[in-house]
Amino acid sequence: MPKRTDLQSILIIGAGPIVIGQACEFDYSGTQACKALREEGYRVILVNSNPATIMTDPEFADVTYIEPLTLEILEKIIIVERPSALLPTLGGQTALNLSMELHKAGILARYGVEMIGAKPDAINKGEDRELFKQCMLRIGLDVAKSRTVKTMDGAREAAEFLGAFPLIIRPSFTLGGSGGGIAYNREEFERICANGLDLSPVHEVLVEECLLGWKEYEMEVMRDHKDQCVVICSIENFDPMGVHTGDSITVAPAMTLTDKEYQVMRDASFAVIREIGVETGGSNIQFSVDPVTGRMVVIEMNPRVSRSSALASKATGFPIAKIAAKLAVGYTLDELRNDITRLTPASFEPTIDYVVTKIPRFTFEKFPGADQTLTSAMKSVGEAMAIGRTFKESMQKCLRSLETGARGFGGGGRLGGDELPDAQTIRSKLATPNAERIFYLRYAFLAGYTVEQIFDLTKIDPWFLHQLREIYELEVELKQFSLSGGASAPSPRSEANATGASRPQLPIPTDLFRRAKQFGFSDAQLAHILQSDLAAVRVERKARGLHTTYRLVDTCAAEFEAFTPYYYSSYGDENEVLPSDRRKIMILGGGPNRIGQGIEFDYCCVHASFALREIGFETVMVNSNPETVSTDYDTSDRLYFEPLTLEDVLEIYQQEKCEGVIVQFGGQTPLNLASALKANGVNIIGTSPESIEAAEDRKLFAAILTQTGLRQPDNRTALSEGEAVTFAQQVGYPVLLRPSFVLGGRGMFIVYSEEELKSVVRQVFDVMPGKPVLIDKFLEDAIELDVDCLSDGETSVIGGMLEHIEFAGVHSGDAAMVMPPHTLGAEMLATVRTATYALAKALKVVGLMNVQFAIKDGDLYVLEVNPRASRTVPFVAKAIGVPLAKLAAKVMTGLKLKDLGFTREQTPRHWCVKEAVFPFVRFPGATITLSPEMRSTGEVMGLDDDLGIAFAKAQAAAKPGLPVKGNVFLSVKDSDKPRAVELARELAELGFVLYSTSGTARVLVENGIKVSQLQKIGEGRPTAVDLIKNGQIAMVINTPGGMIPRRDENAIRSAAYAHSVCIMTTITGAFAALNGIKALRSKRVGVRPIQQYRGNVTVV
Amino acid sequence: MSTPKPAVLALADGSVYHGRAFGAEAVIAGECVFNTSMTGYQEILTDPSYFGQIVTMTAVQIGNYGVNAEDTESAGPKASGFVVRELSPVVSNWRSHQSLGDYLARHGVPGISEVDTRAITKKLRVTGAMKCCLATLPITDDEAVERARSWRDMAGSDYVKDTTCAAPYLWSADDPANHNPAYLPVGTTMNVPVAPAKRFRVAAFDYGAKHTIFRKLVRHGFEVQVFPATATAAEVRAYAPDGVFLSNGPGDPAALSYIHRTVTALLPDFPMFGICLGHQMLTHALGGTTFKLKFGHRGGNQPVKNLETGKVSITAQNHGFATDPASLEKTGAVVTEVNLNDGTVEGLRHRELPVFSVQYHPEAAPGPNDADPLFNDFYRMIEKRKAGKI
Repeated sequence: MPKRTDLQSILIIGAGPIVIGQACEFDYSGTQACKALREEGYRVILVNSNPATIMTDPEFADVTYIEPLTLEILEKIIIVERPSALLPTLGGQTALNLSMELHKAGILARYGVEMIGAKPDAINKGEDRELFKQCMLRIGLDVAKSRTVKTMDGAREAAEFLGAFPLIIRPSFTLGGSGGGIAYNREEFERICANGLDLSPVHEVLVEECLLGWKEYEMEVMRDHKDQCVVICSIENFDPMGVHTGDSITVAPAMTLTDKEYQVMRDASFAVIREIGVETGGSNIQFSVDPVTGRMVVIEMNPRVSRSSALASKATGFPIAKIAAKLAVGYTLDELRNDITRLTPASFEPTIDYVVTKIPRFTFEKFPGADQTLTSAMKSVGEAMAIGRTFKESMQKCLRSLETGARGFGGGGRLGGDELPDAQTIRSKLATPNAERIFYLRYAFLAGYTVEQIFDLTKIDPWFLHQLREIYELEVELKQFSLSGGASAPSPRSEANATGASRPQLPIPTDLFRRAKQFGFSDAQLAHILQSDLAAVRVERKARGLHTTYRLVDTCAAEFEAFTPYYYSSYGDENEVLPSDRRKIMILGGGPNRIGQGIEFDYCCVHASFALREIGFETVMVNSNPETVSTDYDTSDRLYFEPLTLEDVLEIYQQEKCEGVIVQFGGQTPLNLASALKANGVNIIGTSPESIEAAEDRKLFAAILTQTGLRQPDNRTALSEGEAVTFAQQVGYPVLLRPSFVLGGRGMFIVYSEEELKSVVRQVFDVMPGKPVLIDKFLEDAIELDVDCLSDGETSVIGGMLEHIEFAGVHSGDAAMVMPPHTLGAEMLATVRTATYALAKALKVVGLMNVQFAIKDGDLYVLEVNPRASRTVPFVAKAIGVPLAKLAAKVMTGLKLKDLGFTREQTPRHWCVKEAVFPFVRFPGATITLSPEMRSTGEVMGLDDDLGIAFAKAQAAAKPGLPVKGNVFLSVKDSDKPRAVELARELAELGFVLYSTSGTARVLVENGIKVSQLQKIGEGRPTAVDLIKNGQIAMVINTPGGMIPRRDENAIRSAAYAHSVCIMTTITGAFAALNGIKALRSKRVGVRPIQQYRGNVTVV
Repeated sequence: MSTPKPAVLALADGSVYHGRAFGAEAVIAGECVFNTSMTGYQEILTDPSYFGQIVTMTAVQIGNYGVNAEDTESAGPKASGFVVRELSPVVSNWRSHQSLGDYLARHGVPGISEVDTRAITKKLRVTGAMKCCLATLPITDDEAVERARSWRDMAGSDYVKDTTCAAPYLWSADDPANHNPAYLPVGTTMNVPVAPAKRFRVAAFDYGAKHTIFRKLVRHGFEVQVFPATATAAEVRAYAPDGVFLSNGPGDPAALSYIHRTVTALLPDFPMFGICLGHQMLTHALGGTTFKLKFGHRGGNQPVKNLETGKVSITAQNHGFATDPASLEKTGAVVTEVNLNDGTVEGLRHRELPVFSVQYHPEAAPGPNDADPLFNDFYRMIEKRKAGKI
């Protein structure tokens, strides 16, 4: 059946800002869907609040709304656009929930919008636990047994019914499952149930059989409207049940199921998608299998494209989102082509002749105090994927793709050395799931554990454990050898060892060398094991004829010819790299998402690829992040799904005979490789690595500032704690303390006194042991400004200036920003311009540059210069309607801005507000405050002609949005109190009822403002927390009293986050909120697609 | 750990792959083919259709779940040799009772691991299925290539005589040897069939039948009387079956004229269903012809479109020959199903007679169960015949 002709326009809802559990995979799926639907001639209407996405680039949809994802805004857009259909399944849980809200509110029916792909009834059945369970039982599938009870007697009966401990107790309607737990015996059961019944607002708990330790599987399934179903990929979780699948190491295809068991799961998957009634598109279905009896239960399904389907697409080459979009408009699988093989249809099941491993990446170091145990609530912020011919190869490649300092499974590096942690640590790291468990498996082998003993503690399938054991045993075997025998030139390290342990004299046999490479050992690991160095290993490896070979990801295990050059490296007999004599440029991606390095950088890499293809280059993309658009097989001419290490990148560069590499777009990852690549003869295009270093190096940078006549806050470099104290005194408090050579503000502190400094200085030195600590005079209450600039070496043009709403001291990734600057005058902006151009010139920037300025008392200070793409590039590009990253990429190939038609700065005539989104809800116990250390995961953009509305939109997009009435809890630090009076007065005039604690309340009362006083926590009830929990507070304004927030303050903020109450933690933020509230009360909130903002700029 | 023994795989084109030996110690020759199934090596090895063939698995991690008592398609492995990228040193599955290496060793089948199976697959894809030699005993490369080249080609040979049963027997679902119920996890009732009230008698020719076919026939309401390939039409008539089934089997379908004749003789009188070689036997019996495919279809992901319903099924396939659609023109048969990858014939039915067949494997094992309803179609066809409707 051909596509539907009764539909003209289709609304797609994006996933909004990047949060834990919803990352750039939904940009990938949404971008594919937009392309697929426009290809078919439909008018695509896109809504997404996240400006850092490729999908919100103006050319990907007919109309693109960068607006908050709320019911009210969506209704307005529907009224304007009158779409024929809404495709709810491509924007993650956000889009699915919002679509359901639109349905329930009757908005879809009112405006005649048809939900395509999945109907509300199917979504409901898939999402509602109880309905889902009933559906499963109806079709003869097994589910975890459970009973919902309201009394202790009921609980005891449930325990009787379920038979055996352990049992899981889940209180109903408590946030994040708090108050629940696992009972291993009757006594624990009584205690947890009693507590759970008490905590549950409806006095109800679910008593469920415990599947901890069972095997876990996922099936990625597609269905078309002819009821044709296919499995795209099976995934087996390395971590057994108990760890969220997003936090689990996962492997594709399933490794330990016989065909019979696999086919039962396949049949069950189809039965599920049919019963739930997902008409067309993809679904993800999770199963659990008892490793002893083989009992199989259905855990859950996602009636939509998911993180796992992005992974499955990258793992197999089958574009699930694209096909899902086509199926939604009426095509059937057999009518669609397999893009990779071209000659065969999409109605087949990919078969793979390699192994794919995914490992999540965590950022616990940013959230001290948070529980690091992996549970059923997701905590990871990103993931790396690697492809190898075997599990061992893919696992080792994936471990080094993580970029956490680990080189693989052993072979030195972080958590890979021969030092043995103490027995208790090993035991507990095995028994309790945690981010480092994979490395402790090796330590366990090192400590003499058997596979059986490890299995008993971890329940990780023995097959996986044996595979890892083989890697470990090979490492042990390799240690008997040296690189090229005792006679060859010894490395510096072995000389140092000369007096100690004797160095193996025998050179490594070539067969063993090859085997090591086939086991995924990197040259860096081998350098450690063979006591040599990286370069020597590479030279010796090549001398032995052990060359990296590249294999194709072709969906069909070589049964058919593949036309899409999507590669992974291995050590086999054949190299499948297709020859090409076109000019090639390599683009290095950013690797796994982490806080500080995420979708914004992938956006830039994708733009670089698009731009260079436009001007005739062949682009070679290298990245290890399966969530991204950059790793879509049609983004670049050639895709290498590879770790971003020197060895891996260099091999590709040399084999592909690239003429240059772009390192300035992928964040810190490629920049860290720049010098080493250059030293190996790689041509880095754009700004030189020397310039990049000059901007990082204090002395060189100081010289550049002198040369350009600019100034920076007084600063020192301390080598010891004593020096830190002395220097801090010299520059004068407050000072900013930070370790050198770190990313995302890791370990940064602002300290106001020697006492505070002494309390944290140890910590700062510990971030980078042996490296100096930087001390800057902290400019209090200074205005901070981010400037993105583009330069071709001759002409420099500012892309945008973003003024921070918060005063300096908040990491620019976490700060709310306004573009164009809202408080700075023309004269100051002219000064900023001159300074920016001078810096671009001095640093010989070719490409992008980001400068952070501070303005205090009318003086301009340079805080930081980064001669590379910054996090704000996509935001600025959207604000002015100019594809900055594309221009930058072209400039790096030698084109000039004047030829590209971009020579004048443009400032938007409308307001663009950026707001950050934080993951605090995921990390109970972590301190909640804005600081120099970046902790946000994503960002949103608010656009409007009115600044107040633009700010309000940004808040609504970041959730929960500004209130227009209700109660406000106000508690500020002493220095904020004068301004708080002004704020409180205005809020009171707007009709808000004020609550406060003693200190702030006293000041307000003294100034004649009516305020109700609440008890401080621990001093009586009710407290602010009580009111927040009861839903009686509409907004919290709480500015931190010191460097480390007081416990009670943090409790208030945690409660606000947990209960989705609007919270402002700076006084400037609070004033911006006040303006937003005023605007919301006096003006209409309109919607406008970015295509209509185009050209709405003033040329400077 | 003992030192692994070397093994050699030599192809007739002179290419030689060195790897590690597992399974039995032997030097064997045969036709090298590849299978793209990601699971089901036990079923593949025991499928008699692989008789005379050396099977290369494109999936890389083989042996992970060992070998169990239930998932066999015949009494022992029928493939001559096995080629894998990596053999699991351990076994992890609750149903497993033996490792793959031990199983093959016990049954005299040699295997080779640690070879570049993707390179071999690409070679077979480009050159076509090739004669080869697999040696797990010492042999020079030249000798191995020579052994490969001198292997008597499959074309024109009757392999069925080696895989059919010796004498007729009743397939007893109660016989412990046959009692391998469809695998269902505890607690799941999804695939439990509703047994039809009436059982029909089917005369099932065993050309090297996969046991799951018989299991499925029983599940779908048949009493299965198994006949050897050499059974005559008269012997079959003497059993007075309600229908006739033609099984899968190995080798060149054109070389089996004695079977073609028997089937031709039975055609007018019995509802008939054929699978794989059975489909090819029906083709020949109707007067059509078959030809050898370049590298065949072997895997569990083959899309087949039913031209009458327009629906696509994902099917399990294992065949090196196919029906020539042009040859069917005057036979009274129509092509009902085609492979969407290459357009080859996957199913046919007679215009007047209650006769149909498929080239693929509706019994799966290994592979998807999408086409399982075909067994029910056969049952309904007999039902209609009995009711005098056809």
